[in-house]
Parts: sequence; structure tokens; C-alpha cells
Amino acid sequence: MSAAGGVTAKVIRYALRDVVRSRWLVGYALFFLAATDALLRFGGGGSSALLSLMNVVLLLVPLVGTVFGTMYLYDAREFTELLLAQPVRRDQLYVGLYVGLALPLSGGFVAGLVAPFLVHGVDDPAQWRLLAALALTGVALTCVFVGLAFLIAVRSEDKARGLGAAVGVWLLFSLLYDGLVLLAVLLLDDYPLERPLLGLMLANPVDLARVVLLLQFDVSALMGYTGAVFERFFGGAGGLAVAATALAAWVAAPVLLGMRAFRRRDF
Amino acid sequence: MIEVVGLVKRYGRTPVLRGVDLRVRRGRVTAIVGPNGAGKTTLIKAILGLARPDGGRIAVDGVPLDGGVDYRARIGYMPQIARFPENLSGAELLALLADLRRGGGSGAVAPDEELVERFRLRAQLDQPLRTLSGGTRQKVNAVMAFLFHPDLLFLDEPTAGLDPVASSILKDKVLAERAGGRTFVLTSHIMSELEELADDVAFMLDGRVRFCGPLEELKRATRQANLERAIAQMMTQEAA
Repeated sequence: MSAAGGVTAKVIRYALRDVVRSRWLVGYALFFLAATDALLRFGGGGSSALLSLMNVVLLLVPLVGTVFGTMYLYDAREFTELLLAQPVRRDQLYVGLYVGLALPLSGGFVAGLVAPFLVHGVDDPAQWRLLAALALTGVALTCVFVGLAFLIAVRSEDKARGLGAAVGVWLLFSLLYDGLVLLAVLLLDDYPLERPLLGLMLANPVDLARVVLLLQFDVSALMGYTGAVFERFFGGAGGLAVAATALAAWVAAPVLLGMRAFRRRDF
Repeated sequence: MIEVVGLVKRYGRTPVLRGVDLRVRRGRVTAIVGPNGAGKTTLIKAILGLARPDGGRIAVDGVPLDGGVDYRARIGYMPQIARFPENLSGAELLALLADLRRGGGSGAVAPDEELVERFRLRAQLDQPLRTLSGGTRQKVNAVMAFLFHPDLLFLDEPTAGLDPVASSILKDKVLAERAGGRTFVLTSHIMSELEELADDVAFMLDGRVRFCGPLEELKRATRQANLERAIAQMMTQEAA
């Protein structure tokens, strides 16, 4: 292992130990455990449970990633300074802190989501694939929103403002976006809007995640307006590949931008 | 050991350092003194690479800082605020630092844990850091600065929050290490403490170093018997 990778791995190891012992993380995992378990018991079978869980994941995972990510970086301010006074490069530290949070957060989510399925089993083997898709998408969303939260926290000195901005980003992507798109469609219904709409869809990680999942679930009735357009345009596998690629870009971009800001900022 | 020339730093539009010149000599204790907001901590952070200067030069041992990080392997830093990851124990924090430093190759030397013993900290090192009192965390903070036998130590208000016993232990440690040839830069608002420790004084006001030289010289120049009065004299002179 190279010296650079070594430093990052060391930071990850200790950050991980810190986060894993956090009550919030335990609470988060327990929440998914309880929700999944309840849906499997009382929700009438695996596939409807998965569908309900999808909505929980799309709403909650971004919110928790955002809030947890912002708070974590603000609380780690003095720790960051201490580590930067060691022979450690800023990039290494940033990646270390990012992975050190995104990894346990993803782990807690996946554990809470999957464990009840392992206990209760499924009524159709195809549901394992859906469960895997749900888990993977949730992990991707965790990475996207922790990255966005870190980016905001690095760029804003003030904790209250940073947290406000982060929650604002979540609100925008999770709740407001589809409504705004619909509004635009209503206002501009004389124009051919399919291509711009596809662009708008790629510009929202939550919409993207929803499309990825719904293309798996094959229930386009539940898509938002943008999702419906997207499916018509791309259909099955091609659309999935595009959406997955865009989602990967959504993971990478905030991390790279955040790293750049982190390199330049003053502590 | 350290040479700072014309260092300028602004936070947004507010200038914090307006052309700082400073020379820290090897094997001596240099105290940076000055009122709150004079730029003491920013100056230290600039030398450590935590704050990025807008102008001027810094050289450590004749080597200009260029964004590299290796020079910090020889530096110990005790920051003003001791806040650590809540769920780690002190022992884990020390292990992390040891891990990070070991990359350099010279991992054979045992860390300096004298302060752990003298502060009677051993038992508390196994508890999560969030359960420790502020003073105890400050002790952990001090231990970390000395841990790797650094040549150059920055102590930012080291005795703030320490009880008299712990504070004396820390001061003894500083004097012993200086006798061993190490270089210190420290800030404090407790003049009697600086009187006890400092060889050189850098007096900062409004983002500039107004005086930099031996303590005795400062007293002579201001015709005052002790540091507190000498500094007070300089501040009133500046104000006039």
C-alpha cells in the first residue's frame, strides 16, 4: 500500500470506530430494522413491503446523510485541525473523514434493511434482487448526500447556516423538485419538453434513484412525472445504465468539489 | 529555526495579519504576546499550514513552506481548544497519531509518555473522551504535543484550564525539553508564566509584530522591571 493510501486508511479506521459507537448511528440502524420488520409482518407480503420501503429510503436516507454529514464535519473541526498539524495531506484527511462516515452510515442502513428479510424470508426469489437494488441505491444516496453535506460544511464557516443550507438541499431534491418540474411543464405545455425534462431528471439524485428502482420494480404508475417521461424515452436496460452512471457522477462530483474547497480553506 | 517575512492574512475582507516579521531562534522559548485579536493564533496556524497566507514568506529551518507536509513530522502542536471525537478513548487518539506519524520510517523510537505518568492520566486514557473533564482533555492535548519528540513545539495557551499542579508539571516539562535543545513557540495571557518560561518575546498588535527580541531587551527598552509592565507600557505607547 502506498504511503498516501496508508494515511487515508488510518484515518478511516479511527473515524469508523468513533462513528460506529455513536448513538445516532445505532438509532438509524434500529429504525430501519423496526420499519422493515413491521412492514414484513403486517404489510402483506414481500413485494408491497419493498415498495413501501422504497419510499422510506428515498425520503429518509438523503435526510439522514445530509444532517449527519453536516453535523459530523462541524463537530470534527478541532479534530481536523489536530490532524492537519500532523504530516497529513488535506486530500488524504478529507477522503478519510468522508469514507469514515459514509461507510458506517451505509452499513447501518443495509444491516437494518436486510436483517428482517433474512429472518422472515421472501415469498418470491425475485425479491432478493429488488432488495439488493434497494440496498445499493440507498448506499449510493448515502454517499451522494454525505458528499453534499461535507461540501456545504467545508464551504460555510457558520454551523447554523451550513445546517440550514444542507436541509434546504434535501428539501429541494426530495420534495420540491418534482413539483417545480410539473409546474414548468404546465406553464410550457406548448413546447416539446422531453429532452429538457430528461436533463432535469439527471440533475436530481433522488429522482435518479427513484427511476433506477422503479425500472426494477416495473411499476411506472408510481413514478413522478419526470420518471414517466424517462421510462418512455429509455425503457429497460439502457435507461438503467444511464441513470446509474449519472448517480455515480452524483457521488463523485460533491466529493471532488468538497476536496477542492477543503484544500483551500483556512482552519 | 523559523523565519517569517511580511506575512499577510485576511479573513474575507478583514485583515488579521498585516505584514508580520518574526524570527524564532533554535533552542529557545519564544512567547507571542498581545491582546485578543492581535493575530497570535492565526500566525501559529499559518506556520503550521492550517491557514493559507495571502502574502509573505515562511521558512522553517531555511526551507520555505510550499504546501508540503513533511516538515510537520518534526512539529508538536497543542491547540487552544481541546475537543476530540466523542466516542474515541484517549489511548485510541494517541494510537491514531502514532499510526499517522509512523509512515515516515523512524518508528523505532518509543513515544514520550512522561506527561501521561506525571499527570496520572493512564486510567483515564481508556475512557471515551467525551466523559473527561475540560482540564483532563487539556492534559491529553498536552501529552499529544510532546508525544513524538518534536524539535519544534507550538503551545497555544497551554495552561488555560489546567489546575496549578498540572500547570506546574507542564511548565517543568517545557523547561526540561528546552534544556534538551528543543524550540518552543507559545502564547499565553498569563504574564508571570511567560516571565518564567520565555527567552524571547514577540509582541503583536493589530496584525503586526511590534517587538521581537530577548525578554531582557524588552524590559530594558521599556525601562520596566517585569514583562507585564513592559507590555502594558508598549500598548499604551502604541495607543498614544
